[in-house]
Amino acid sequence: MATSFLSIEQLTQRYPDGKGGEFTVFENASFGIEKGEFVCILGHSGCGKSTIMNILAGLAEPTSGVVKMDGRHVSGPSLDRGVVFQNYSLLPWLTALKNVTFGVSARFPGWSKAKVIEHSTAFLAKVGLTGDAIHRKPSQLSGGMRQRVSIARAFANEPKLLLLDEPFGALDALTRGTIQDELIKVWSDTDQTVFMITHDIDEAILLADRILLMTNGPMAQVAESVEITIPRPRVRNDIVEHPNYYAIRNHLVHFLAQRSAELSGQEPTVNQHPKPVRIVMTEEPEGEDPEPAPRLRAVEG
Amino acid sequence: MGTLSENKRAALLSVLLLVVGCLIWELSIPAQKAAGELTEYELLTGAGQPKAGVPPPSQVLAKAWEQLSNPFYDAGPNDKGIGIQIGYSIYRVLAGYLLAALIAIPLGFLIGMSSVAYKALNPFIQVLRPISPLAWMPLALFVIQDSEASAIFVIFICSIWPMLINTAFGVAGVREDWVNVARTHELGALKTAFTVILPAAAPTIVTGMRISIGIAWLVIVAAEMLVGGTGIGYYVWNEWNNLDLTSVIFSILMIGIVGMLLDSMFGLLQRTVAYTE
Repeated sequence: MATSFLSIEQLTQRYPDGKGGEFTVFENASFGIEKGEFVCILGHSGCGKSTIMNILAGLAEPTSGVVKMDGRHVSGPSLDRGVVFQNYSLLPWLTALKNVTFGVSARFPGWSKAKVIEHSTAFLAKVGLTGDAIHRKPSQLSGGMRQRVSIARAFANEPKLLLLDEPFGALDALTRGTIQDELIKVWSDTDQTVFMITHDIDEAILLADRILLMTNGPMAQVAESVEITIPRPRVRNDIVEHPNYYAIRNHLVHFLAQRSAELSGQEPTVNQHPKPVRIVMTEEPEGEDPEPAPRLRAVEG
Repeated sequence: MGTLSENKRAALLSVLLLVVGCLIWELSIPAQKAAGELTEYELLTGAGQPKAGVPPPSQVLAKAWEQLSNPFYDAGPNDKGIGIQIGYSIYRVLAGYLLAALIAIPLGFLIGMSSVAYKALNPFIQVLRPISPLAWMPLALFVIQDSEASAIFVIFICSIWPMLINTAFGVAGVREDWVNVARTHELGALKTAFTVILPAAAPTIVTGMRISIGIAWLVIVAAEMLVGGTGIGYYVWNEWNNLDLTSVIFSILMIGIVGMLLDSMFGLLQRTVAYTE
């Protein structure tokens, strides 16, 4: 685990609770992310997902613990870690293209203007934005198009780590689907390491290599790391047919509905790592009882 | 009428109101008695002299034509064209105003960025802001010892506050998300200020600038009545002393028109920096 591309070690976040005491959001959270991996983190509101995200982005400082990327200590924001915010965070006075070139010219200061524009246009095209639309201001674009611009801006910067903070939270279900497909497309072209917060279980299964499950706050922990044993490329319509799909889904729903509350408030162990969970149903004959619990195999890391 | 667009109907109504208003004004001015109708006694007591009175609009219009057809003549200290007078006023307003902008906008940035600076400077701003700019005039005249510079100072002191407060307000209100975008793109402080905070706060800052130019134009008339010499304010007062009410009314109208032009310039600027979220 210590050799992970990104390693989070004993991260603790406390805030003063306004009554002289302290409020612990999460304690001793430790996990790793490998290069090129797509990891989603699932958990109820208030478990500190966004705080972890902000710490990874360098926008917030943890009370204690360290984040290391490529063996180096992370502190403060950096172009190595790109962020897609939930509310798009596009600059409203710039056009879609200028919002992307804004990031690209900051990332590659040596590039000529023409090259910056070419690179940015290419990434906008990858998320399906071409022609006239890229010269419009964010206020003239729909929510889905704005989030596409935001994703293009993050990917065009080619950061070592891409952080997505509930990027589809504000979108309707149909738009969400198309943009998820576009996200998969861009991601598979780039080998980008991605860490994403989401509330949507199906979205997490579709996108992630691994899902981290958090228990409820306060004193939240990263309890499990569930491997998504569904081969890529994944297509929205087909993955539900995969034998592992509902087993994984049921496991996640069960965790969020019941166990996240049961496990919460437990004394966290020092240097606690999430328990790896691997669910494989493929050897099993069909037509069996779909109850996944007995077939759960916990693999010790 | 039903087929005309809203704007055309409004314009027609405006013209109608103007014509009716001028007509009522014209008819309500009593005609001066002609000298031939006066008795000998009346002539001896000076009743034949033209009486000072509010002139009808036709006279004001004739005056405007005469003045505007030769706006830049200069026939000595008390007889200059309206263009020259307005030019002096605009020069003073712009000098004081630009000086104020030069100080208010950077200082407003500082106050908006740092809550310590805001808290430290706020009491001074709150006390200085409500002071009528003309109250500074005696002090300015004594310290600066130059009426021209004192007038510019008065403009400076009256136009600094709206710009200062609006800049601070606009900068402090820049969305955290946009600042975070700048931070995650590793922009330096100066680059963040110019590429993110300035455009984000620009609509609020320009609103402050627009309020300031309006106040400055209000104050210059009063200031020039005090310091004298040149300018549209002095011109109004001078024509009052000459009891030339036609010129007084004409210059009142000119003050309004120039003020409107200054304001619409900032309105234009406001539209160019505006953005919708």
